[in-house]
Amino acid sequence: MRRIISVLMENEPGALSRVVGLFSQRGYNIESLTVAPTEDATLSRLTLTTIGDDHKIEQITKNLNKLIDVVKLVDLTEGSHIERELLLVKVRATGAQRDEVKRSVDIFRGQIVDVTSNMYTVQVSGTSEKLDAFLQALGEHTIMEVVRSGVSGIARGEKVLSV
Amino acid sequence: MEDIEGAQVELLSGGDMLVRALQDEGVDLIFGYPGGSALHIYDAIFRQKGIKHVLVRHEQGATHAADGYARATGKTGVVLVTSGPGATNAITGIATAYMDSIPMVVISGQVPTDKIGEDAFQETDMVGCSRPIVKHSFLVKNAEEIPEVVKKAFYIASTGRPGPVVIDVPKDVTNPVDRFPYKFPEKLRMRSYTPAGKGHTGQIRKAVALLLSAKRPVIYAGGGVVQGDGSALLTELAQRLNYPVTNTLMGLGAYPGTDKRFLGMLGMHGTFEANTAMHHADVILAVGARFDDRVTNTPDKFCPSAKVIHIDVDPASISKTITADVPIVGTVQSVLSDMLEMLKSADEMPDQSAIVDWWRQIDDWRERHGLYTAPRFRTDGDMIMPQEVIRAVHEITKGDAYVTSDVGQHQMFTAQYYLFDKPRRWINSGGLGTMGFGLPAALGVKMAHPEAEVVCVTGEGSIQMCIQELSTATQYHLPVKILCLNNQALGMVKQWQEMQYEGRLSNSVYEESLPDFIKLAEAYGHLGMKIEHRDELHGKLEEAFAIKDRTVFIDVYVDPSEHVYPMQVMPNGSMRDMWLSKTERT
Ligand SMILES: Cc1ncc(C[n+]2csc(CCOP(=O)(O)OP(=O)(O)O)c2C)c(N)n1
Ligand SMILES: [Mg+2]
Repeated sequence: MRRIISVLMENEPGALSRVVGLFSQRGYNIESLTVAPTEDATLSRLTLTTIGDDHKIEQITKNLNKLIDVVKLVDLTEGSHIERELLLVKVRATGAQRDEVKRSVDIFRGQIVDVTSNMYTVQVSGTSEKLDAFLQALGEHTIMEVVRSGVSGIARGEKVLSV
Repeated sequence: MEDIEGAQVELLSGGDMLVRALQDEGVDLIFGYPGGSALHIYDAIFRQKGIKHVLVRHEQGATHAADGYARATGKTGVVLVTSGPGATNAITGIATAYMDSIPMVVISGQVPTDKIGEDAFQETDMVGCSRPIVKHSFLVKNAEEIPEVVKKAFYIASTGRPGPVVIDVPKDVTNPVDRFPYKFPEKLRMRSYTPAGKGHTGQIRKAVALLLSAKRPVIYAGGGVVQGDGSALLTELAQRLNYPVTNTLMGLGAYPGTDKRFLGMLGMHGTFEANTAMHHADVILAVGARFDDRVTNTPDKFCPSAKVIHIDVDPASISKTITADVPIVGTVQSVLSDMLEMLKSADEMPDQSAIVDWWRQIDDWRERHGLYTAPRFRTDGDMIMPQEVIRAVHEITKGDAYVTSDVGQHQMFTAQYYLFDKPRRWINSGGLGTMGFGLPAALGVKMAHPEAEVVCVTGEGSIQMCIQELSTATQYHLPVKILCLNNQALGMVKQWQEMQYEGRLSNSVYEESLPDFIKLAEAYGHLGMKIEHRDELHGKLEEAFAIKDRTVFIDVYVDPSEHVYPMQVMPNGSMRDMWLSKTERT
């Protein structure tokens, strides 16, 4: 099952490499990874998505918790949560295609953020599933370049992950 | 200089600060080897008194010596090396300590901060190289942070599940010119590190109920009991319940080896009775053990009818390979003492008749194939059998020596036949299986216990991996015994080749190239003694062990065809599937 694990860790050099190293060392896979400082400059927030059964996920969270730099973590997929990913995609847009692309962008509530006479750059955000669906709707032939941010997530309601 | 409260503050250079912080941490012994990036630190060591530095002959030796010292004392071993090759030479020893959860702090010199990343002379990314084999590491960025980094490093290394911590110190940080106010922190605050303490009372209660309901219990105790100083409590628990105990390779000595409730070691070369009892157990109490693959054999076939209680200080060890029915995270000491309290106040008692039947069954297994009821090796030939060497040494040292070992058949024979009654006496590389560990570890033990008998049991293969430390033994006058079970081959490799590769001995023999170990020992200023005949074994061993003030290299020629048995059947075997000799299988 796909999981979103959200980690608060010390904003120290080397902390990120310890997390990434743990995954390769123990043979866990990382589907996506995002990391940035939080409002407290001494802390970074790292979100990673991974796939595994309950046993594997338990091992992953236990081993992450063992890292000295990790302050707290939560498996967001255990409760209701909001997940977002940002997609930037350059698509070929000439002639009739221009309107068609625009329609898809509207359906997926995206925005065209750059244009030339031959292409659009489109920005869409949402769950990874939605982004997948958007890319599929565009079709392979129109896509020139894809950039995805990886998943960020936060729990719904009043639950917060903080020190 | 005065600080804001008007107290006197000393100004120290980074190098002096590092050494002072080590003193304030209570360090009195460092094993190390100097080089360019560490020279400021070495100069600071020269100008102080409190810390003794032992110069080894190879950085691997420094790590193993510090490791042996740590295992024998429970204190944190300290290593100092230079950057680049000094640091990489230490890697094997760090990995060895990591696998066996040994508290160690390794300080490595680093190229100056402004050179990092430039492929400078003797630059290696030590934090990067050591990352998968340390509990934590620090790259010191400025001298002012040294006291706190040192304090944190020792705290992390020695608490929770212990392990090695690296402190990488760029040369400019220790330069003698720049001085900073020195203050050793009294307290530490680490929001991201809280080692486990007491176990969950509800879980402990469940565990006690399960233990009391057992009809075929086995207590399976590992290195965590030794490291966590839980032997006395474990012994009390087992004796109160009258339950059988088996120890892992790392746990030997955690329960008295000569007690009748001791089944011997379990696992790949465990005793028939220990492995068979485990297989049939209905309740297993695992304490400070990690269900290593050398213990469980095929996990799917592991102890099919057992409910598992697992006590460990490291939550990640629990249910890693074998799912625990009752997991308890906490220190061995606190959990075992809570368990004992509950047992003492419990109304229930174990089912005595079931336990009596269980012991009858176990005694029957012991009778049939047990290692200690009758010799399970040849006793009629001319050749010296390795097992009888270990038994003789056990007798001569009254079972009370510190025994270090290398890796191979000699290690397994020692684990099987030197029955350790006390913890911290058996010092071997169980997790990583590092050949070369034995001699430097023995020197570390001898530094800690100068009056004690320290024996390094080794093979002619392993001893050559850190033989240079014979010179360290000379310099610091460390009279240890080196007992080489010389079978003229990489015996354990050869055993596998004979069992699994139809006897094709690919690169496991030396073709007459072995050195004369007696002359070699003498060249270093030690005594050498060769034992080749069975009838001289006891006499010569006694002679060797009577020598207390010299390092003695005892080269014993043993039967080269001997294998270690029992040996679990692999792959796909269960715990009870064992070869009992070259021809007998369970
Ligand atoms: C550094 C290292 N390299 C290789 C091995 C693999 N290995 C395990 S046992 C063994 C043979 C050891 O030979 P020796 O020291 O003579 O011991 P014996 O088995 O003959 O008693 C080898 C090569 C190891 N454990 N460690
Ligand atoms: Mg050998």
